[in-house]
Order: sequence, then C-alpha cells, then structure tokens
Amino acid sequence: MTLPFALLAGLVLGGALAAVTCRERVHAGLFLALSLVGLALVFLRLDAEFIGFVQILVYVGAVAVLIVFAILLTRGAENPRERLGNSPGFGILLAVAVFALLAWALTSASFPKASETAAALTVRGVGDRLMREYVLPLQAIGLLLTAALIGAAVIALPAPTNPATPPTNHDPE
Amino acid sequence: MDALDAIFVTLKHLVVGWFPALLQPWVSALISIGAILAIFPLLFGLTTVLERKALARIQNRPGPNRVGPAGFLQFVADGIKSLTKEDIVPRAADRVVHFLAPLVVVIPPLLSFAVLPVGRNMVALDLRETGLLFFLMVGTAVELGVFMAGWSSHNKYSLLGAMRALAQLLSYELPLLLSTVPVVMLTGSLSLVGIVEKQSAVHGGFLMGWNLFTPWGAAGAVLFFIAAIAEANRSPFDLPEAESEIVAGYFTEYSGFKFALFFLGEYLGLFAVSGLGITLFLGGWLPPFSFLAWIPSWLWFLCKLAGLMVVFIWLRGTLPRLRMDQLMRFAWQFLLPMALVNLLVAGLWHFTSPWPVALRWLLGVAILAVPYLMFNRAFERRHPQRTYRYVS
Repeated sequence: MTLPFALLAGLVLGGALAAVTCRERVHAGLFLALSLVGLALVFLRLDAEFIGFVQILVYVGAVAVLIVFAILLTRGAENPRERLGNSPGFGILLAVAVFALLAWALTSASFPKASETAAALTVRGVGDRLMREYVLPLQAIGLLLTAALIGAAVIALPAPTNPATPPTNHDPE
Repeated sequence: MDALDAIFVTLKHLVVGWFPALLQPWVSALISIGAILAIFPLLFGLTTVLERKALARIQNRPGPNRVGPAGFLQFVADGIKSLTKEDIVPRAADRVVHFLAPLVVVIPPLLSFAVLPVGRNMVALDLRETGLLFFLMVGTAVELGVFMAGWSSHNKYSLLGAMRALAQLLSYELPLLLSTVPVVMLTGSLSLVGIVEKQSAVHGGFLMGWNLFTPWGAAGAVLFFIAAIAEANRSPFDLPEAESEIVAGYFTEYSGFKFALFFLGEYLGLFAVSGLGITLFLGGWLPPFSFLAWIPSWLWFLCKLAGLMVVFIWLRGTLPRLRMDQLMRFAWQFLLPMALVNLLVAGLWHFTSPWPVALRWLLGVAILAVPYLMFNRAFERRHPQRTYRYVS
C-alpha cells in the first residue's frame, strides 16, 4: 500500500464514517460528497480518467446536490433531538449483511489480469461496448430511470381537485 | 507572423530552458498556473469596470470615471477596499462551512481554465481523452459551494438564494450538457484541442468550418449560451442573487474579501463557460475567414471572449429578470426538448454528408423550425397578449 493510496483511502473512509455518524444532516451530506470526491481520486490514480470525471460529474455534481436539496425541502435540516432509529441492532445487521454480500461477490469474482499488450480502454471503446455488447442492459437502465422520473412527476402533480368545490379565483398560471 | 502567434509558447520554452532537466516539468506547470492565475483575475477586474461603465451608459449616467484613465483603475481601488473591510461572520453561522464556501466557488473555474485552448499550442493541460468531461465536471462543483454559502449563513434570504440557485443550476445543466453533445458526436473526440482543430477546414475558399456555420451548430450555440448565462447566474437569470427580492441571495452574509471572492468566482465561471462556448462553436482560436489568419491565434480568442462579454453586459442592461416558474418552464419545456431535437439534426447532418449542402441546410432548419414554432404557438395560447386597462 503506497502513501497516496493510504491518504485517499483515509479520505474515502473518513468521509463515509463522518457521513453516517454526523448529527447535522447537511454536514453528513457534505461529508458524503467529500467521500465521493476521494473515490473519484482513487479512480484517477488508476488512470481511469473517464470513470473518475464521470464519478464527480454525476455523484458530486448531481446526486450530492440533490441529497442536500432534499434535506432542505423536507425540513430535515432541523437537527433531530431524539435518537435516529429505535432499533439500531436491525440497522447494524442489515449493514453487515450488505457488506458481507458485496465482499463475497468481490472476492469470488475473477478479474482477468490485463496483459501488457492490451490496448488502453478509451472513451470511444467504452461507448462502443455500451452501444454494441451492453445495449440491452443500457436500455433497461434507461427504462428504469424513465419510470422513476415519471413516478416522481406523478407524485409531484397537484392532487385532482374535487369537482364539488367551486374553483378558486387564484390561477397558478 | 508565426513568431508573434507563438510568442508566448516561445517565451515559455525559453524560460523553461534555463532550468535543469529534472525541474523542467515543474517549472513548465508553474508557469502555466501563474499565467492562468494572473490573466483571468485581471480580466475579471477589467470586465467589472467595463460592465459598470456600459450599464451606466445604458442607464444614461457616467459610471465610474475617477480612478485612473477614464475610471479604468476602479477595480484596483475596489480590491484594496474589499481587503481592508472587516470580515464579519454571523454568530449563528456554521463557521467551517461558511469559510469553505467561497473557496469551493472560486477554485473550480480556475481549474477549468487548465484545459481551455486559448491559442495555438496554448493549453496548460491537454486531456486528449476527456477534456470536455473535465471541464463539465469542474463546473458542477460550484453548485455545492453555492449551497454551502447559503445554508451555512443561517439567514432566510441566504437559504432562499441557495435554493433558487440549486434549482436553477440543476435545471440548466441538462440543456448545457445536451447542447455540447452534437459537437462531440460530429468531432468524434472529447479533446478540446481536437474540437478546435476539427473546425479549421476552409469552405468556399475563405469561410472557416466553425461549428456555428452548420444548422446544429447554430442552434446548439444559441441553446448553449442561454444555458451558460443561467449557469453563470447572470441577468436575466440572476434570481439566486436578486437584489430587489432577497438582498444578495446566497452571499448576503459575506463581507470584505469573501464577498469579493464570490464576485470573482462568478465572473471566472462566466469566462470559463464562454471560453467553452468559443471552443465548441465559435472556432476556438481560429479566425472566421481564412484571409484573417495573420492575426495571432491568442488575440482571436481574447477578442471573441471580449465580444461575448459585451453581449452579456448588454443583455444584463436591457432584459428584465425572469420569475421562478418562468425560469423552470423555460428550461424544461423549451431548452431541453430543443436540445434533444438538435441531437437528431446533428445525426442527420452526419449521415447526409454526400448530399448537396443547401439540401442538408434545408433539412436541418426544417427539423428545428417545426418544433420551435409549435412551442411558440403553445406558449402564445397559454399566455395571450396582455391588455393594460389604465395604460394606452
């Protein structure tokens, strides 16, 4: 383990730990963003420029911002006085189970060792693969996201007005 | 003329040559960083003076005219003033986040200048695989800084400004990203240098092959610059800091040099996104006509940047601010669908390359015009002409 990797790992783990232990929810969101930046830096150290930049573009630029935005919109920014969950044991069990599953999947997967002559994976190569070999999974993910988007829009729509009540003068347009 | 064109590159090589070979990469990087840190903040200073003078002319008053020749050293006085002002942090503020926010706003635009080709062979860091992606990634980091500033101040106006800013930045990011996609599609590269070089073809003996001179490029440039003004929080999209509504928005609780840093970050972001627009659509450092190629490339870039600044100042002086719902509707119901239509036009332009140019243009313009007119008619149906009862 080299020093840069140790520093980055410290950043990622420290950020993640702070994100789950922080009382202030907005701070937790910001620490999560820090942890995600650290992860992007790990990718960059592995010469995976594309993944590293996309990681920041999507996770820091969009997901982290959406998380803090959601915290503000749901009045969650006011600090909770009571303890968060009433059954921490169940949460810990769930977390350990997820971790064990991921660890099992990662350790049992076989990563083919890149040969010295293998061409570096370019952005063009990634696009080629996505559009040819993995076009079906890509479409499936697209469909899933569209469904989520439509669902969000349906939830956000104003409730259908009761025809019995007279329409108000106020026109939102 | 080539000597003048390459003058900065030659100078840099000369200076780097004085150092031992071991230090040379470091010296080279330091010189590039120094140039970026010196030039763009200076440009910021000059632009603020220019903006104040131009707005003053539009509003029929003289504007700053006391410090230096014709008032052009006003920015130095402003800078010194902001340095000597007391730095006030509200007692309720979240001190750490409050301190970090201006930095998170200023540093990303400075980073993005590193991949911007400002002249022939004049780019600090040529990311051949991911240049454009780096630029866009850096731009998104500003959102978090704006949020941090607004939230940590513990002020209702700041929070309102931050909420407005987040909603606006998230909404306009999508059209901004989508309007850059046709350029990548047609260039086949994410490298900003490669995108500029691709536009160096000469059409009809004199006209350069700027992306602006294609139907998808023209539409893309309009969409891009509208979204860019919104991303830079400039009027008419300056709701996050609307001074007549919410004091100064997310940086209400900042004073002294931190306030100046927000100002700096805003203008640097504007320069960066304008530079990206120049690179993608306006031919980067290339001249518009091939017979003007004797003018140095860096001067072309600078002139285009200055021209865009004048347009942005002009817009600020003459357009009223949008309302929040208008802002959102404009992004989601007009810019986004038009950007998607533009993708189609770009694809057709690519696949109809053997056709005569006039026919390709006709096809592109027709595909863009039909949805545009439909949106227009839908808008007019929803918003009929206003009638004023007491004003003739």
